[in-house]
Amino acid sequence: MGLAKRIIPCLDVDNGRVVKGVQFVDIRDAGDPVEVAKRYNEQGADEITFLDITASSDDRETTVHMVEAIAAEVFIPLTVGGGIRTCDDIRRMLNAGADKVGINTAAVFNPDFVREAAERFGSQCIVVAIDAKKVSAEGEADKWEIFTHGGRKPTGLDAVEWAKKMVDLGAGEILLTSMDRDGTKNGFDLGVTRAISEAVHVPVIASGGVGNLQHLVDGVIEGKADAVLAASIFHFGEHSIQEAKETMQAAGIEMRL
Amino acid sequence: MSTENKATVAVIDYGMGNLHSVAKALEHAADDNTQIIVTSDPAVIDAADRVLLPGVGAIRDCIAEMKKQGLVPAIQKAMAEKPFLAICVGIQSLMAHSEENGGVDCLNHFDGNALFFGNEHKDVDGTKLKVPHMGWNQVKHTMDHPLWEGIEDGARFYFVHSYYVVAGNKDEVAGTCHYGHDFCVALARDNVFAVQFHPEKSHKDGLQLYKNFIHWDGKP
Repeated sequence: MGLAKRIIPCLDVDNGRVVKGVQFVDIRDAGDPVEVAKRYNEQGADEITFLDITASSDDRETTVHMVEAIAAEVFIPLTVGGGIRTCDDIRRMLNAGADKVGINTAAVFNPDFVREAAERFGSQCIVVAIDAKKVSAEGEADKWEIFTHGGRKPTGLDAVEWAKKMVDLGAGEILLTSMDRDGTKNGFDLGVTRAISEAVHVPVIASGGVGNLQHLVDGVIEGKADAVLAASIFHFGEHSIQEAKETMQAAGIEMRL
Repeated sequence: MSTENKATVAVIDYGMGNLHSVAKALEHAADDNTQIIVTSDPAVIDAADRVLLPGVGAIRDCIAEMKKQGLVPAIQKAMAEKPFLAICVGIQSLMAHSEENGGVDCLNHFDGNALFFGNEHKDVDGTKLKVPHMGWNQVKHTMDHPLWEGIEDGARFYFVHSYYVVAGNKDEVAGTCHYGHDFCVALARDNVFAVQFHPEKSHKDGLQLYKNFIHWDGKP
């Protein structure tokens, strides 16, 4: 008896529709965000992450309305990420009903924004999203680096050190995405997941690469993740959240069923 | 139906941020005869049939804002006379003291203190436990209470907190949870009930607790 590991379905939303990019390129439509969120809520999702991947900021208002609509009907935690750059952005999303916000690129360009946000709104609602890519060659000691712009631009920042720094500045949770794995269905990068989870005292959400239910199990048992995030395996009806939870529980992981 | 005929639940807004989720969940749990009012007006709190004290953020700011806005007397009066529910930092604010922010004196309704889990928190077998305690944990009922009605003993609720309550009077502990060690997650005395978890984020069991509160007459 204790704390359960979490399953978090992720809604990548572009222009008001749930989409799933394979390596951020090939985009498939997966429905209306509010309907999708309600379905996952009914299936027993532990939280929902809403990632606004709309390129233009014109559609930010659409996001606000969708977050409001989801929060009015879905009574589990909701994280909203994508385009969060200022404290005003955070306030707007929290007022719309988000429980946490994900900060990604803005943290890379201005780490102090994480400190400011945590001081203003509390660490409990600040999730720092980290996009990492393996940069060590085979035979070398493992090394991962932070990338921005959908995995295209290297920053020279070591992923493990960066995660520790974000927590020191006030991040209450780390959402770790492997840019090597995202969209591949080959499973999480367990090495970087474990390295970061063991390096920080806050919860780590593993993301990027889930192709089957065993990958979720591996993320928790081998990657030491506190929560696992996935999109396509749930969006297109391959698996239900319930089925995923039962598989994880059967593997000895404590789940909320 | 006119508002005069409706029972009211005042959700105290002391400026610590977002009460959207709490109000929406109460509305969802309520029937047509109940009105939910988010307010920072002591007169409205005074006139309400039931009062909910939410809590977000750090304890020092919470207590400071309650005092600054002149809400402490209205909170204390409500706790003396009508069904009252405190959630999350709300439960911590009702203790005598919290060790957060270098130590803060709180409202002292319940005997006991709020302590830090610590950044080196460990399970009984020595494995590292993450802090904050974030996610769904099982709540064990340690007393029968109208607010537990329809909720299974051991049902999971959503938590996010780094400080936990140590009750001074064990007879007031209504629920416990295990995270490295057992700790108190619900306190009850007379017409006051307080929980560490977030009912508004705890799916159907959370909504059930709100429903129970909306129908509670304040008797233990």
